[in-house]
Amino acid sequence: MDPVIELNGLEVRFGGRPILKKLNASLTGRSIGLLGPNGAGKSTLLNTLLGFHRPSGGTARVFGRDIRTHAREVRGWIGYMPENDAFIASMSGVRFVRLMAELAGLPAEQALERAHEAFFYVGLGEVRYRALGTYSLGMKQSAKLAQAIAHGPKLLFLDEPTNGLDPPARGRMIQLIQEIRDRGDLRLILSSHLLRDVEDCCDQVLILKDGNIAAHCDLEEERRSNRRFLELETRGASNGCFLEALERLGCETAQGAQGRLKLVMPEGLEIRRLYELAAQQQIQIRRMNHKRDSLEDIFLKAMEAADGRL
Amino acid sequence: MAVYKKTYRPYDGPLTPSWSRFLVIRRYAFEDLRRSSFLTVFYLASFLYPVIAALILWVEHNASALKLLNLEGATRLITIDSGFFMTVLGWQSMLGLFLAAFIGPGQISPDLSNNALSLYLARPFSRAEYVLGKLSVLLMLLSLMTWVPGLLLFGLQGYLEGWSWVTDHGRIISGLFFGAWIWILVIALLALALSAWVKWKPAAGALLFGIFFVASGFGGAINAVEDTKWGYLLNVSNLVGSVWVALFDGNDPTNTGAVFFRVAPGREIPVWCCLAVLLLLGLASLAMLARKIRGVEVVR
Repeated sequence: MDPVIELNGLEVRFGGRPILKKLNASLTGRSIGLLGPNGAGKSTLLNTLLGFHRPSGGTARVFGRDIRTHAREVRGWIGYMPENDAFIASMSGVRFVRLMAELAGLPAEQALERAHEAFFYVGLGEVRYRALGTYSLGMKQSAKLAQAIAHGPKLLFLDEPTNGLDPPARGRMIQLIQEIRDRGDLRLILSSHLLRDVEDCCDQVLILKDGNIAAHCDLEEERRSNRRFLELETRGASNGCFLEALERLGCETAQGAQGRLKLVMPEGLEIRRLYELAAQQQIQIRRMNHKRDSLEDIFLKAMEAADGRL
Repeated sequence: MAVYKKTYRPYDGPLTPSWSRFLVIRRYAFEDLRRSSFLTVFYLASFLYPVIAALILWVEHNASALKLLNLEGATRLITIDSGFFMTVLGWQSMLGLFLAAFIGPGQISPDLSNNALSLYLARPFSRAEYVLGKLSVLLMLLSLMTWVPGLLLFGLQGYLEGWSWVTDHGRIISGLFFGAWIWILVIALLALALSAWVKWKPAAGALLFGIFFVASGFGGAINAVEDTKWGYLLNVSNLVGSVWVALFDGNDPTNTGAVFFRVAPGREIPVWCCLAVLLLLGLASLAMLARKIRGVEVVR
């Protein structure tokens, strides 16, 4: 897959203080998570890609275009949902989104039509003529998403999209993001300090810490490997024979206390085969878990590294 | 696609030319301004003086109208010269200052106080285009108030008086046009700069008046205490008035300038000094705008 974003020694300084420190990465995922604690440089990276900050060293490319020399073209491809409230309180929702779509280059009629569509899409169809200042926090977040997608961008920047949302509202927002992602028309970058948001929406993650890249991994690959990693709790006859039988099937195994087993299954082996084998050996499989919280593991490992690098 | 089909779809239709995006800002600003009935009434009332001036020109050249006014024996009702047009420009420019103080502060401050600049500038739309869009609102309204009626009056007078009058008074055309533009640019840039720095609209409007009236009072005090004329450098209307006199009458002024912009006789400041201060004022306003108009504000 072609890289969405390439960072080549990207460095950003504010008043001599380095905020992003010579970042190098090639992000190719369909949906990429930017993860890191507050102040790690996630928003600064997005703002730099948008051209709000001038790199003090290195450069970055979006869809192969250098952000220094093709800033306008790059911004034409991007839909941006900022972290903070950003709208004109006295404007009606649909008028504001129409204005933003027109500034992105849509003719007035198409901008109006797509503003209405975007509002219905994010679930605010009934309130689209109300002034934005009267919206609740959840509605404001959705309106920000509407203005980010109204002009049909190729790349969507979502900066903390679930900030301040209650669980049902968060669920709706995540569902919307997943729907947009699954349509496959655009690529998205989701910046968050919430592991769950990134895990739910992204297939690749870039973890930042103190302006450095602390980890960069393919979550989809992790998930695939986790699906092969099983923890079993068994009862019945001796586990020894069962283990031997599993190893003959190509599994890597390790035996724990009280009938607990850990195993890595080879490619192509169905779980159903484990049950058949257990039945032959007269073993009951009482519990079977896939390995979980892979992102949490990766994140914690990245945060523990003293210099911010794994 | 109908709105009830709640789905996302990409856009692959035509795009507007990038040079024209600043016009979007201007169109939305005009839509907002049209909602103010006070502004509409004020703006319409601001054309009262040019209408009266046009009537004077018409009466001046209409024998039956003069007869009706029992002035058939009079050779001239008033003198139509550079002083007449400078007075029109002076009145209209002062009304323009009130207009700029009323609508200028509302141009940028709402975007800044609502953090909307990050959304404007995240699009293929530059800071310069944003300022140009906002500026064009003021430039258009102020132009329609100042040099446009001035040139129309000149055209009317030329039509009534004849081509020889036009060629004799050709300097008035450039005086009206360039003189008005100097004033328009100064007050429009100042109004926008203050709008970017002072988020409370009434305070920004008051500050614009302060720059014109308080600073001129301060300049007058300097003149009185130091027995000098250089205090006039703080008097923006005086600076503009000096430039107008030079534009309308050249090196041989026939009057002391326009109403509200009159230059004290014998205490004129060299025109190049006036232009330099006005240029500095404009550059300072642009620098203030450049400092504030940013996608994100960095707290160092």
